[in-house]
Amino acid sequence: MLISVLSGKGGTGKTTIAVNLAVLLGNSSYVDCDVEEPNGHIFLKPHFSQRKRVDTMIPAISEDKCTGCGKCADFCYFNALAVVKKKVILFPEICHGCGGCILACPHHAVTESKKYIGRIETGRRGNVQCVRGVLEIGQPVGVPIIREMKNGINGSSLTILDCPPGSSCAVVNSIQGTDYALLVTEPTNFGLHDLKIAVQLISKLGIPGGVVINRSGEDDVLIEEYCSMEGIPLLGKIPFEREIAEIYSRGDLLVDYPKYRKYFKEIAQKLGGVINDETACDNQR
Amino acid sequence: MKICITSSGREISSAVDGRFGRCRYFCIFDTEARESRVIENRGAISQGGAGIAAAQQVADEDVEILITGNLGPNAMNVLNSAGIKAYRAERTDVAKAVEMYEAGQLQPIGAPVSAHYGMQQRRGGK
Repeated sequence: MLISVLSGKGGTGKTTIAVNLAVLLGNSSYVDCDVEEPNGHIFLKPHFSQRKRVDTMIPAISEDKCTGCGKCADFCYFNALAVVKKKVILFPEICHGCGGCILACPHHAVTESKKYIGRIETGRRGNVQCVRGVLEIGQPVGVPIIREMKNGINGSSLTILDCPPGSSCAVVNSIQGTDYALLVTEPTNFGLHDLKIAVQLISKLGIPGGVVINRSGEDDVLIEEYCSMEGIPLLGKIPFEREIAEIYSRGDLLVDYPKYRKYFKEIAQKLGGVINDETACDNQR
Repeated sequence: MKICITSSGREISSAVDGRFGRCRYFCIFDTEARESRVIENRGAISQGGAGIAAAQQVADEDVEILITGNLGPNAMNVLNSAGIKAYRAERTDVAKAVEMYEAGQLQPIGAPVSAHYGMQQRRGGK
């Protein structure tokens, strides 16, 4: 069972929900797909015992075969190559590693080389396996790291994927193939605006989902009305309280505090219900 | 000799665009024929690497002199390799910039600004 946690808007509480649920449910894996800025480990405090490097393809130009025709640069959608005075200039930090230039070169002058883009670290916190991807500073695309992490997921156990903010390629790659999407939002116009984009995204990918309202308060109706209109289940709420912010700021888990643990229990319960409904034919758990 | 001026419009009276990679148009001026033509900058609509795409296009036009506001590091790299010399002109129009260049009044651009500099300037409402 793979559950992705996403939001559209950044800073709504994806990581807060994801790490607390992973600990509450136990015997789970927490996968931090926010490779540009992974922060789940701050709360889970695992001992990372394994480290794996992630490389991506980068072109290498063999000068004796290159005629300077410029077909590689023409082809490159990301402008990672330029050809002036019959010489190729490569911008490795812009290259997305698609390999198109290799195919585009009529003289077989472009071959495959490797570029280090980041790493995957794995460790444990009690019965929670913690995995995080870390993109090297200056690298433009974390998608290969996300894909590599997902390749290592054992689909038979409960896995919670903490996604990056937004709705870009990194999010699409994180949520693809997950069984359920947990959408974290806040009762503001910005929260609602980006929630709508996230809902469009999951429906396009055919992933069922439900909403959690974080920093819940008197404006909740904003989100509630939208959810009932769209027929999206509301899975729970986390109140807007100073003490919660303080616990978060210390890097502690809310489920360690009985008065807050109950909110996550409620989310877990409702989540279990909707997942059973949605995946009645899928008896993996 | 051909001179390229980054321009915000299609006219010779259009303002020089201070950005290189994301400028809308290039005005290509032929100093012998005293004629100019305008092409759209392909970099303007590119997702990333705008400066590289723009510099490639300018190099493909066999330009020798570029007049613009600022250059990013990648654009500068390509222009240097192509042997194109860049000069700075801001807050003036295309025709005036050419005049100033020919009168030797423009300063060469020595060092690049940081990547995406022009975007920050725009946001700042300059």
